[in-house]
Amino acid sequence: MPLDNVVFWVFAPISVASAIGMLLVRNAVHAALFLIVNFFCLAVFFLLLDAPFLFAVQIVVYAGAIMVLFLFVIMLLGVDSDVPVRERLVVQRPLAFILGAAFVVELFLAIRAGVGFSTKAPDVFTANEAGNTQAVAKVLFTQYFFPFEVTSVLLLVAAVAAMVLAHRKASTVTQAEIDAAAAGSDADELPVYGAGATP
Amino acid sequence: MRTPVAYYLMLSGILFMLGTVGVLTRKNALLIFMSVELQLNAVNLALVAFSRLHDDLTGQVLAFFSMVVAAAEVVVGLAIIVAIYRRRRSVDVDDVRELRW
Repeated sequence: MPLDNVVFWVFAPISVASAIGMLLVRNAVHAALFLIVNFFCLAVFFLLLDAPFLFAVQIVVYAGAIMVLFLFVIMLLGVDSDVPVRERLVVQRPLAFILGAAFVVELFLAIRAGVGFSTKAPDVFTANEAGNTQAVAKVLFTQYFFPFEVTSVLLLVAAVAAMVLAHRKASTVTQAEIDAAAAGSDADELPVYGAGATP
Repeated sequence: MRTPVAYYLMLSGILFMLGTVGVLTRKNALLIFMSVELQLNAVNLALVAFSRLHDDLTGQVLAFFSMVVAAAEVVVGLAIIVAIYRRRRSVDVDDVRELRW
C-alpha cells in the first residue's frame, strides 16, 4: 500500500470523527478543540495533495488564529454549555439528518458520474516544479492580482467593522445589564431562558 | 499520487454535510459559527483536490482567497455575537428573532 494512501486512510477517519464529535458534544470549548483536530487533519490532506503552502497557512491561520479567536470569545462570554433546548420546530432535527444523508448519496452519484472513483491525479504535479510557494505567488501576483488587492480592502473593512461592533461607550448600559442589576444577580449568571427576549 | 481524487472529494462532501447538519441542529450561535467554518474548510479541500487533479494552481489560489474571506467573516461574525450577547445575555439563536417578520 503506497504511503499517501496509508496517510489518507489514517487521517480521513480522524477528521470525520472529530467533525461528528463537534456536532454531538455539548460543551462549546470541547467543540472548538474537536474543530482544531479537524483543521489539522485537513492540513495533512493539503500536504498530501502537494500544497505545502496551504498546509502552513491552514495551521497558522485556521488552527492558530481563528480558533484562538473562537476560544477567546467562548471564554469571554462564559458560554460553557448549551442552554436546555426547548424545541420550536419539532421536525427540524430529524429533517436535517435525513437531508444530510440525501446530500451524501447525491454527492456519491455526482462524483461517480463526474470524476469517477478510479481516476487518479497525475503522478507529477508539474505546476509545482519551481516550488509550491513560488508557483502560488506567481499565479497570485500576476493572474489574480486585482482580486488580491480587493482582499486587502475586505480585511480593512472587516477590521473596522469589528471595532465598530465591539466598541461601547463607557456610559452606555444595555437593558439586559439594568435588568441584571435590578434583579441583584451576578453579571456572569445567565438569566432564565428566554427572559431577554422581550426588551 | 495513488489515492483516487474521488476519495478526497467524498471526504470533503461528508465534512460539508456534517457542517450543514451542525448549522441546522445547533442552537448556540457560536457552535453554528464553528459548523460554518467546517463547511468552508470542506470546500477548500475539494478545491485543492481539483487543483491536483487538473495540474493547475488556480484551485489552490482560490482556496487561499476563501481562507482570507473566512477570516474576515469570523471577525465580523464573532463581533456580532458579542454585541448580541451584551444586549441579551444569551447566544441562543432562538432568542434573536426580531428580524423574523
